[in-house]
Amino acid sequence: MTAQSLPQTAPEPLFRFRHLLGIEGLQRPDIERLLDQSDVYVDANRKGDKKHSILRGRTLINLFFENSTRTRTSFELAGKRLGGDVINMSVSTSSIKKGETLIDTAMTLNAMHPDVLVVRHANSGAVHLLAEKVNCSVINAGDGTHEHPTQALLDALTIRRRLGRGLEGLTVAICGDIAHSRVARSNIHLMSIMGARVRAVAPPTLIPSGLDRLGVEIHHDMEQGLQDADIIMMLRLQTERMKGSFVPSIREYYRLYGLDYEKLKAAKPDALIMHPGPMNRGVEIDSEVADDIDRSLIREQVEIGVAVRMACLEALVSTQVEPWAKNR
Amino acid sequence: MGEEPVSKTVYKNARLLDPASELDAMGSLLVENGRILDMGPKVFVDAMQDDFDIVDCAGKCLAPGLIDMRVTTGEPGNEHLETLATASQAAAAGGVTTIVCLPNTDPIVDDVALLEFVERRAAEVGLISVHSYAAATKRTRGEEMSEIGLLHQAGALGFTDGPKAIANALVMRRLLSYSTVFGTLVIQHPEAPDLVGEGVMSEGETATRLGLAGIPAAAEVMMIERDMRLLALSGGRYHASRVTTAAAIEVIAKAKADGLHVTCDTAPHYLALNEGAVVDYRTFAKVSPPLRSEEDRQAVLRGLADGTIDAIASDHIPRDQDSKRLPFDQAEPGVVGLETMLPVTLESVHNGSLTMLQAIRALTLGPASILGLPGGRLTKGAPADLVLFDPDVAGVVEPAKFHSKCKNSPFEGRPIQGRVLKTIRGGRAVHDPFAAEAPERGRLVHA
Repeated sequence: MTAQSLPQTAPEPLFRFRHLLGIEGLQRPDIERLLDQSDVYVDANRKGDKKHSILRGRTLINLFFENSTRTRTSFELAGKRLGGDVINMSVSTSSIKKGETLIDTAMTLNAMHPDVLVVRHANSGAVHLLAEKVNCSVINAGDGTHEHPTQALLDALTIRRRLGRGLEGLTVAICGDIAHSRVARSNIHLMSIMGARVRAVAPPTLIPSGLDRLGVEIHHDMEQGLQDADIIMMLRLQTERMKGSFVPSIREYYRLYGLDYEKLKAAKPDALIMHPGPMNRGVEIDSEVADDIDRSLIREQVEIGVAVRMACLEALVSTQVEPWAKNR
Repeated sequence: MGEEPVSKTVYKNARLLDPASELDAMGSLLVENGRILDMGPKVFVDAMQDDFDIVDCAGKCLAPGLIDMRVTTGEPGNEHLETLATASQAAAAGGVTTIVCLPNTDPIVDDVALLEFVERRAAEVGLISVHSYAAATKRTRGEEMSEIGLLHQAGALGFTDGPKAIANALVMRRLLSYSTVFGTLVIQHPEAPDLVGEGVMSEGETATRLGLAGIPAAAEVMMIERDMRLLALSGGRYHASRVTTAAAIEVIAKAKADGLHVTCDTAPHYLALNEGAVVDYRTFAKVSPPLRSEEDRQAVLRGLADGTIDAIASDHIPRDQDSKRLPFDQAEPGVVGLETMLPVTLESVHNGSLTMLQAIRALTLGPASILGLPGGRLTKGAPADLVLFDPDVAGVVEPAKFHSKCKNSPFEGRPIQGRVLKTIRGGRAVHDPFAAEAPERGRLVHA
């Protein structure tokens, strides 16, 4: 439901789909191919000359209807390092504020023949809607509380590189504001596809209904949830998305669900800590834990993010079909 | 002879469907001057004088014209979405001879002058019978009662705040209590708004996968349970419009058994679709209350079969492309339904969930009884509001061919069985697409 198949042609493309709209619907080889290619770029990005020519002559538009610094910058860098022309559009400078609809905006941009649109939007499904209306490839850079596929891919690669192995059999505890998190949904899909055991750890008010049906083990007690976990993914408490009271206070939330060294003891001694950022220090995570160089992968996540986005851009551009062969 | 010409028609060779007499049999029906003169298996054409027009129904179904007790139009205020004329044409095409319009137009029908405006405009169109509800509270704000007595006297068939629940218990209590003076109907949109919150679809796995805020099924039953308490306290006649969950149906069945004056309806999309229809963010299947789980869908069918649910209403809500081609959260809820109500309901007959008479009852006699209308039955003296339909002919839902101005149907492309052949209101054909064709297809023949 998230992507459309292209006719199979030899040689096998890096990616089977026209768009990257979500992790749900992908299969393990799809993800592994993207991660393998990302690996190449992680190493390349550490060298002096980072420039490639895969996107030469191609146009990438970053279309952000929601504020973002790291994701937008990450895509911008990825596009530029691959030699593409990158344009950033954010809501404050676009005509969205003048009442233009999402589809009008899509049609307008489409007329300029971009090759890839990277889109973030506050509404779940908005990126799907837009993808139906344009001829180019679309990457979902986060839609509402639905999916944020490149974040899940970079999380997977970060784990894989640190552990030097795949994700099978790992116990991954995703903790915090799952109800409002697209990162959580993408990671639940991806980690499950890759063979990890996924736990959701949060108070019931932050667990969306039916989450257990996604193959997730649910815990409301943080220490139980962290028991013998290999990976701890903390989520930002999204106070801006919350209408009404989900937790009584930040103080209580931190006491019960904030990750500190005390609660960390429940996990495996070498358990690794991740966070998609931006962090609320002292809300969902203790500052020292976040900065613990032996345990925290948070800075690596950012580094690897650029490489993963390079691989995704390459994957979509290299599988692009003729513009008139629309996806549906 | 100097007498006025009398219009007399005999519909012969028809499968007569009359829920009032539980009749499902071949026979004939006679119409004189817009009223049913006689009907039954023993009415023979041969006995008739030659001044009768004869319509050979060729064995197709002849039922009372459908009565749609929940229609939203755009007149006044949003004529670009639907006028009373286009709504009437859509109704006639769908076999519907009576519609009842919701008051949530612009301006809202909450005073006598506006009600009379709608009635006058509908009479000018004159195609089918058009009735109106009036707002239960001023501006449908849920705070102060509208002029129930005056509006009732001016012809309002009931009182409702349209798509908004009457959320305040004290206001509902007083509405029920005051309405007893006139014996009129109070119609609730049964959803506790606080619990709906930001929800846009049914709560559960599908909503969680799509990242959409969910509405719990409990929001419906909570409001109905509260209202049952108020009804017991105040008296009055209460109608829950669009009942969609197993729990709510159970509560209503119990309230009926307890002797409370409660009725309810549902809509064809709750029979035919479940929450799965919104995957891929299909805003055309966004409705309020939301499409529910498969278990709830089946409970609705059972509720219709056992009579707990009294009526099927289309809940026709015209929406233009601009209000549907949006991210799911932002898209307006609602579907057009006048032209698909019969074939979509017939699906449940074809698949054995309902008998033909159960389905026809919910579309005719059910709403007529709730609203106190004379139609909905094939009884001597009743208005000759009829629909002739072929229940079996196969087709596909094609919104582009709708008479309604808006094409927001969740059933686009759906294979269906059943087609309206002729709609008759007051003895006159108001939809007759096959009139010019050969008699063996069931056309008008002069004997």
